[in-house]
Amino acid sequence: MINSRDILETIHMIQDENLDIRTITMGISLLDCCSDNAQTACGKIYDKIMRLAERLVITGNEIGKEYGIPIINKRVSVTPIAMIAAASAGDPVQYALTLERASKELGIDFVGGYSALVQKGFAAGDEKLIKSIPEALAATEHVCASVNIASTKTGINMDAVALMGGIIKQTAVATADKNCIGAAKLVVFCNAPEDNPFMAGAFHGAGEPDCVINVGVSGPGVVRCALQKIPDGDLTQVADVIKRTAFKITRVGQLVAYEAARRLHVPFGIVDLSLAPTPAVGDSVAYILEEMGLQTCGAHGTTAALALLNDAVKKGGTMASSHVGGLSGAFIPVTEDAGMVAAARSGCLSIEKLEAMTAVCSVGLDMIVVPGDTPDDVLAAIIADEAAIGMVNYKTTAVRLIPAIGKGLGEELDFGGLLGGGPVMRLNTASPAAFIKRGGRIPAPLQSLRN
Amino acid sequence: MRAVVTVVGKDMVGILHKVSGICANNNVNIVEVSQSILQDMFCMIMLTDISKCDLPLTELADRMNALGEEQGLSIHLMHEDIFNSMHRI
Repeated sequence: MINSRDILETIHMIQDENLDIRTITMGISLLDCCSDNAQTACGKIYDKIMRLAERLVITGNEIGKEYGIPIINKRVSVTPIAMIAAASAGDPVQYALTLERASKELGIDFVGGYSALVQKGFAAGDEKLIKSIPEALAATEHVCASVNIASTKTGINMDAVALMGGIIKQTAVATADKNCIGAAKLVVFCNAPEDNPFMAGAFHGAGEPDCVINVGVSGPGVVRCALQKIPDGDLTQVADVIKRTAFKITRVGQLVAYEAARRLHVPFGIVDLSLAPTPAVGDSVAYILEEMGLQTCGAHGTTAALALLNDAVKKGGTMASSHVGGLSGAFIPVTEDAGMVAAARSGCLSIEKLEAMTAVCSVGLDMIVVPGDTPDDVLAAIIADEAAIGMVNYKTTAVRLIPAIGKGLGEELDFGGLLGGGPVMRLNTASPAAFIKRGGRIPAPLQSLRN
Repeated sequence: MRAVVTVVGKDMVGILHKVSGICANNNVNIVEVSQSILQDMFCMIMLTDISKCDLPLTELADRMNALGEEQGLSIHLMHEDIFNSMHRI
């Protein structure tokens, strides 16, 4: 029989330390839904999603109950809609409304893929889709949008960067009566992964199979509790404990992914090893860093601690899963992490420090509330900086900023649920306008002579 | 196919009887039981064979949870594979 200590440890992780599976995401290719008119294409999209994902929620709930592990979200990601809209024409917003209708019918939490990949330039349909994002996100609740504006191989499309600065702002304005929630469903990527199960950036890449199951795990609370047991351990021991814990967490993700794929008769894609925080007290990446010995997240030393954490999570998780992919690393979404929110409120965590942290961990400047009157070109320049970090370091970076329309420093936005809420953070307001206005492309970086 | 039932809570008369009653009523065979009592806290781990169980596993888990709530105990039934996955390479 399994060791009773191990059994109790597992139960303790789930009951007291917030271990959960964050999401089962079904990736669905819509390439065969293209048509000579948008209405037919939307019909085919709706039918295909409904057919493939019909049992997604029921299956997720069944697995959750049988294995005793909460599965928080069931999601769908689709082929970037810009591709489908380019082939089938029509107003892109009607595709968003189709995705919304399907997600409501299925009872899923989010659908991702209102996306365009423009790292080298705009193809037919891309610009039209990007310009429709504010309207699409205001008209829907479950649809998430993403735009890839840079990659290590292509460089940074600065025309797209400039455009996205304005789009983020317009999206916040379009949903100003709902806490600017639209901007929380829009992410701007460099090196976007094609198999990411996490929102808002999930889409189903063109190289993916027709339908696939990807799973995202969570578990910052478990890592923190494991570290609490070695208050005097040196950092080698800290890394080892994180690795062992990440291994256990990921094994559960692998089991759930395998079972979901088997029951839904869909190939298993990847497990995403990310440590994804939630606003629940204790389920915070910032608290892990503080457990390592920092007074507050954002203090000097934070980048080093985060680098250790991120690397150890990957090392532990990689062996636990047969296929690892997506974003895989520690997330630092400010509003979704109770410790980050506290650090931001106290003034210890600044956006500049967060930017440095993104060089060594997963994703990027995520879920950061900024003043509502931030000029578009400042938003664009933040995107450019973040994309440059991703481009040069051959990693994914992203920007998800929420301009709090009508609010300034000292005020807060509260989204509720998994998205949490947090204070408006101070930005450097010196103008980058002339730089952004130049447009063009920042060339792809040299991949040798790496210093 | 096997599942693990765990019961944690304040010790009281008849806990084992009630849990094994649910098992017997639904054709679930008890393979192994270990229990300990530490300072009034009862902790029981039961390995069960559910291959001939009359109920879907989800429903059996619901009944165990319901018994736990009724008795003020924490009772969970989980498929054995989650423990094997996590603790065995």
